[in-house]
Amino acid sequence: MLLENLGLAIESLRANKMRSILTMLGIIIGIASVTAIISIGNALSSQVTSEMGSFGATNIYVMLQAKNPENETVYQMQDNDLLSEELITNFQQTFSDRVKGIALSQQGEGGTAKEGRKSSTVSVLGVNSQFGIVNNIKLVKGRFINEKDNAGRKNVGVVSEKLSSKLFGRSDPLGREAKVYTKQGVATYTVVGVYKSEESPSMLSTGSTESTAIYIPVSTANLAAGAQGYSNFTVMGLDGKVQQLKESMDSFFASSYKNDIWEANSMTMESQLKSMMNMLGSVSMAIGAIAGISLLVGGVGVMNIMMVSVTERTREIGARKALGAKKFHIRSQFVIEAMLLSLAGGLIGIVLGVIISSVASVLLGAKASLDLPVIAACVIFSMAIGVFFGYYPASKASSLDPIEALRYE
Amino acid sequence: MLLELKNIVKKYYIGTENELEILKNVSLSVRKGEFVAIVGPSGSGKSTFMNMIGALDKPTSGEYFLNGNPVHKMDDDELSEIRNREIGFVFQNFNLIPRSSALKNVALPMLYAGISKSKRMARAKDLLGLVGMGERAGHQPNELSGGQKQRVAIARALANDPAILLADEPTGALDSKTGDMIMELFLKINREEGKTIVLITHSEKLASQSGRVVAVSDGKITNQ
Repeated sequence: MLLENLGLAIESLRANKMRSILTMLGIIIGIASVTAIISIGNALSSQVTSEMGSFGATNIYVMLQAKNPENETVYQMQDNDLLSEELITNFQQTFSDRVKGIALSQQGEGGTAKEGRKSSTVSVLGVNSQFGIVNNIKLVKGRFINEKDNAGRKNVGVVSEKLSSKLFGRSDPLGREAKVYTKQGVATYTVVGVYKSEESPSMLSTGSTESTAIYIPVSTANLAAGAQGYSNFTVMGLDGKVQQLKESMDSFFASSYKNDIWEANSMTMESQLKSMMNMLGSVSMAIGAIAGISLLVGGVGVMNIMMVSVTERTREIGARKALGAKKFHIRSQFVIEAMLLSLAGGLIGIVLGVIISSVASVLLGAKASLDLPVIAACVIFSMAIGVFFGYYPASKASSLDPIEALRYE
Repeated sequence: MLLELKNIVKKYYIGTENELEILKNVSLSVRKGEFVAIVGPSGSGKSTFMNMIGALDKPTSGEYFLNGNPVHKMDDDELSEIRNREIGFVFQNFNLIPRSSALKNVALPMLYAGISKSKRMARAKDLLGLVGMGERAGHQPNELSGGQKQRVAIARALANDPAILLADEPTGALDSKTGDMIMELFLKINREEGKTIVLITHSEKLASQSGRVVAVSDGKITNQ
């Protein structure tokens, strides 16, 4: 019975090709946009998540901000406004059981690194020993800046793979000297380690982490800059307890850092991620609403064409009833026809949506992904539209009086 | 009695000023194997009477037993079922299902009866052979002439081996030569298959070929 009805439905749709395609249009547009939105949305959110994740979901970024945002540009931060080393040490001791590490950094003076004829523009960043762990820096050779380097204000540096190969070629860079020519003169750092060059996602991280940076001890950088404290630092918390830690931190700094203009604010990746996702979500919702309207219009189109089809085939329905078709037979015949119509539209829509999202993924540089459950949901949903909007015309057909229907001209 | 209508009354617009009594206390009995022609001018109530016999309509009052089944007590779906099982319709304008081959048209009543596909197709082929349309089983209605369409319709009417063939002006849309051939086919089916046939017509000539003529006039049977 089902197969027969399916065959009948295909026949009838083929007999009115143009009409069928026009009817499907609404469904096609609706399903195509839903498919495209979902896969592009997936792509963007997975991209954002992975970018933010590599910064560290357990990291809390602390920075000094003006209490009144309007003052941010009015006042210059003075040395005594900064977060002192003492305060930060005090903080770390207070929360030692909940903090994995604290990354401190101080922008050093950048310039041009030269070795023989070879040169490269570099930036210099003074860091503490925990900076590497907190920022997930991967070493390929040697070691990172350690406590001793900081205590001794040593002139040592950790260079990127890129810079290493630029300056020293294939020879071992460890123990060699990297000379950085700045406006003030020449700073020489003994290379103790090489880190993997990665475009570090630095949306929130401290200062420059571009892959041509040389990391030096923060104490060395502070000495050169004459700096007494920090305007920001990053705290690495324990998994799952970041939000709690953030709250305790906020109250800690509220009571221990007193300043008229500035205050210490903290941000977690989680909250950043959340607001990012919220934004993505509301954009998707807006487009989704348009797609929904298109599907609704498409559904009404299906209903309309089914009404026409029922009227056109009144005689046929009468004949079928005379031959013994029950209400159920007629109803299922038309419901299946409506379902097939919108299913066909849905399938075309999915294909179109995949094409749109792959074009978009090339343009956005994010890998669009469409999982099977989404496709399955689209297929089922388009069928459901057919059933929903086809039911009324089908019921109307099934309750036609056979005598009237046979007499219909 | 195969077919027994007792005191059938059919009224329309009941309870209004325009109340209309189309059938006025009509009774008719048909035995198995009979060939009955029902004649009457238009407006005589002949069509309403046919709808009644065909279980397309229910009487306002009276009883109708078809092959022992109380048709007057049935609901819509039960009427569909009795039409499917016990009545083979042949219409003036054929009413074949468009875009469906002759074979599929003949198999349709068996589909509604829930018969398996292989059995349906086999029987439909046999029936098309019986009406001389075996060669055109794959043709669609729009590829057939009027006479050929009516042959397919007759084969379709026989599909579920019904108690009666109910033919409503079966030659009305055909030229006289083709009409004669169709009439021949009915007579042959009546004679050789023993099928009970009720023929509705206004043609005296056709009626005279049947075994019994029932004349309807002004909602009453005027002769038996």
